[in-house]
Amino acid sequence: MVAQNIFFSIMAATMIGSALKVVTTRNVVHAALWLILVLAGAAGQFLLLGAEFVGVTQVLVYIGAVIVLFLFGIMLTKASMGDDDDVNLANRPTAAAVGLLLLGIMSYATVDFWRGKELPRNRAPQTAEQVSDSIFSDFIVPFEATSVLLLAALIGAIVVARKE
Amino acid sequence: MLLVQFLLLSSVLFCIGVYGVLSRRNGVMVLMSIELILNAVNINLVAFGAFNGTVAGEVFALFVIAIAAAEVGVGLAIVLLIFRNKRSVDISEIDQMKG
Repeated sequence: MVAQNIFFSIMAATMIGSALKVVTTRNVVHAALWLILVLAGAAGQFLLLGAEFVGVTQVLVYIGAVIVLFLFGIMLTKASMGDDDDVNLANRPTAAAVGLLLLGIMSYATVDFWRGKELPRNRAPQTAEQVSDSIFSDFIVPFEATSVLLLAALIGAIVVARKE
Repeated sequence: MLLVQFLLLSSVLFCIGVYGVLSRRNGVMVLMSIELILNAVNINLVAFGAFNGTVAGEVFALFVIAIAAAEVGVGLAIVLLIFRNKRSVDISEIDQMKG
């Protein structure tokens, strides 16, 4: 239990620090690279929670595909590779106030309701077999809807982005 | 491990993402902040799934990952289209639909 809490703290501190860098750095490429650390930390948290399949999917889909897509987006929009003073709006204090207010409300509500609730100890990790059984029985309709949505997004992205 | 530590981590990431969406001018960086928000939601879903001892949380996290991938694809396509038409991805310049 102590070891799990130590690993949780290390990963949580890394994730929060990197997330702050993602939203504050003035270099677009660095923001994408800091995002990798946040996503890898999230994959670690999934493994800590016993969700092996989601953790591996997170690495494959997010770090493998989404980050590459972001880097291509940065390249194609000809962002400057160095620091760029133009990436932030002038209303940053307002945005920070909104974020802090939201954080206060959300953390008060979650701590007030879920305080002291322990995760079950010594759980067996959920295997990929259980997850796939669940997807193809209980959640078959959302699964099919997701596949149609992915097809629609694929066609939509091609139609929107291609040259006339 | 307590459940609330995962919920608090996810709240912090969510609010950092909200700050990023509100404060960034570059369209690609706004999409990155949205990824932060979606990841915070995923941590919540998996934590509640582990708390309840069901796989439903993980299954929904997988759906969120799939939909986030689709969202990034369409979002970047729109950003590229805006860049091609205006030679800029500054979202404060996109005000043609302002009443």
